[in-house]
Amino acid sequence: MGHPAPLIAPQSGLAAALKALLGKDLLAHDFAADEDSITVDRDAIAAVMIALRDNLDYQQMMEIAGVDYPDRPERFEVVYHLLSVTKNHRLRVRVSTDEATPVPTIVPVWPNAGWLEREVFDMYGVLFAGNPDLRRILTDYGFQGHPQRKDFPLTGYTELRYSEEDKRVVYEPVRLAQDFRNFDFMSPWEGADYVLPGDEKAGGTGEAPGKGAPTPMTAKEVKAADDKAKAPPPPTPKTTEAPAQTGAGAKANLKAAKTSRDGASAKAATKPAKTPATTKAEKAPAKPRAPRKPKAAKTDGGDA
Amino acid sequence: MTDSPYVKHHGGDMFEGYPVDTANTAGDQVVTNYTINFGPQHPAAHGVLRLVLELDGEIIERVDPHVGLLHRGTEKLIEYKTYLQALPYFDRLDYCSPLAMEHSYVLAIEKLLDLEVPARAQYLRVLFAELTRICNHMLNIGSHVMDVGAMTPNLWVFELREDCLNFFERASGARMHSAWFRPGGVHQDVPEKLLVDIGEWVEKRLPELFGDAMSLVIDNRIFKQRNVDIATVSKEDALAWGFSGPMIRGSGIAWDLRKSQPYDAYAKMDFDIPVGTRGDCYDRFMVRVEEVYQSAKIIKQCLRDMPTGPIASLDRKVVPPKRAEMKSSMESLIHHFKLYTEGFHVPAGEVYVATESPKGEFGVYLVSDGSNKPYRCKIRPTAFSHLQAMDMMSKGHMLADTTAIIGAIDVVFGECDR
Repeated sequence: MGHPAPLIAPQSGLAAALKALLGKDLLAHDFAADEDSITVDRDAIAAVMIALRDNLDYQQMMEIAGVDYPDRPERFEVVYHLLSVTKNHRLRVRVSTDEATPVPTIVPVWPNAGWLEREVFDMYGVLFAGNPDLRRILTDYGFQGHPQRKDFPLTGYTELRYSEEDKRVVYEPVRLAQDFRNFDFMSPWEGADYVLPGDEKAGGTGEAPGKGAPTPMTAKEVKAADDKAKAPPPPTPKTTEAPAQTGAGAKANLKAAKTSRDGASAKAATKPAKTPATTKAEKAPAKPRAPRKPKAAKTDGGDA
Repeated sequence: MTDSPYVKHHGGDMFEGYPVDTANTAGDQVVTNYTINFGPQHPAAHGVLRLVLELDGEIIERVDPHVGLLHRGTEKLIEYKTYLQALPYFDRLDYCSPLAMEHSYVLAIEKLLDLEVPARAQYLRVLFAELTRICNHMLNIGSHVMDVGAMTPNLWVFELREDCLNFFERASGARMHSAWFRPGGVHQDVPEKLLVDIGEWVEKRLPELFGDAMSLVIDNRIFKQRNVDIATVSKEDALAWGFSGPMIRGSGIAWDLRKSQPYDAYAKMDFDIPVGTRGDCYDRFMVRVEEVYQSAKIIKQCLRDMPTGPIASLDRKVVPPKRAEMKSSMESLIHHFKLYTEGFHVPAGEVYVATESPKGEFGVYLVSDGSNKPYRCKIRPTAFSHLQAMDMMSKGHMLADTTAIIGAIDVVFGECDR
């Protein structure tokens, strides 16, 4: 006992019959999950459908579905689901196309293909050559774009509301109070197949892990990586101890020294700027300043 | 006797000798076809259907149905939801038979997962799918007879529909949008008393009340005048237009997916497929009436044979554990958390699963890329094929027949427009 989905007995000899019937128009035939699917040549779809209906007894065409695979060179798949009420069997027929290449219509084969092709056109923008009435069907009158394409946003581009001022329904660009939340469930922990340290021989491919957390490093590797990553020491901060050290270059320093009351510093500043600024900065504080005379004595004397 | 050349008195052709009126004389009107709008706000349109009708007098020349007024982008939304989160959208497709919509979807997931479902869950699903069928047919039969002029039967069958909705409420907590079928089984077991009540209802109340209501209709002269020979569809047309359900059976083709491609416990059920003989609106109506009795028969068998046991698969990677288990088991807690955040992953592949919904073949074409969200979920609505054939069916009929034709199609726009 397996799944309880509708039981459809597989048709023995279907693959051979399809091959004999369709010849080179049959591009692929696969059988998966008890369902037969064939891929056929796009330009031959109408002839293929007539052959399947008249020679293999698929009397009904139940469904046309579009599927978008943006990575493929021909991004759209048009999938037809056929049903045989006499053989009690279903068959899936696929063709692929892109935005510009039309698929021949099958309306002359099954009249109910009309709306179904309109729907695929509306939702994906797939063109159907020969469809007598290829209008939009499900979307709004005057709608632009093809909403089922994978690159069309879920929220769309326009929203409408009833405007009390205009007394009519107005269309506006979509404004969302909150973004649509889309959680990424492709967790890096899911099925991580990295090799645990010391467990290399236990099994596994021995290849570098494809995804998941990296193998932890040994202490030595950590230290080596730390040393490597150690940043160079920061440059000694530039200080300006004397007014002559303007930091603007030798010329400016000289000029500043002339106006300076500090003769010694001015002399140093006149030296060409070959010595780096740091040496000057280191030297300058080494020379102690003359202690200031107490001011109080002066004032006292002045008073007296 | 006058000697006017226009008047002749003899026993032959009365108009012999009269001038033939070929050109329009002054005062004559050229009668052209005119176009009217039917809906989208029309009580007989069964929802938001807009028909652009081209009429020659009162004869329908052309019908152009405009659908999509209830389009909500369900298929697009489903691509952004996990498999379980997408389930309630199905209730909102055909809101007259919500559980039948869920049925196709859960079966499609189970087919991709190749998941086994316990017997009790299968019986419960069949039981409630058939209750849904009765519930849906009550609405359709009632509104169909009201569209063609009868009032009383509608009120009576709505009583039965109300009973069905109460049963759904007792099983799932919701009258309409149950979300009760889950991948792997059903959400909760039903109380024993509910099964007893359904048994009594189907034994006594349903046949009495439904029989009374139908006795007013099925042999009624006015009802027959409005339905017999209206919108006759041949077997060939029914096949070519992709008809299914009561529409194809009304045309005389004994095609029922419950019999031909049995799913869940239908293979063990014994029931008949009613078919029509003429393929007109009356036959479609009568097929539905008989289907109600057949559904009742299936329900009785379900109640008789239903085994005890689990109501959902015990595969904890798909079906969440019971609340009580989570109180004591860490693993259950983890499973519960994972299933209600990330959901389960479905192996890559594609399936088309169609079930016999009350309105016809309701299919789900599910494409999975191996992630926890469907890559594509195409829904095959029953109404698309049937409504498309409106033009073919109503050509040459009177304007007043439109309501009978729409009523016999049994169209609901939640499902048609998606």
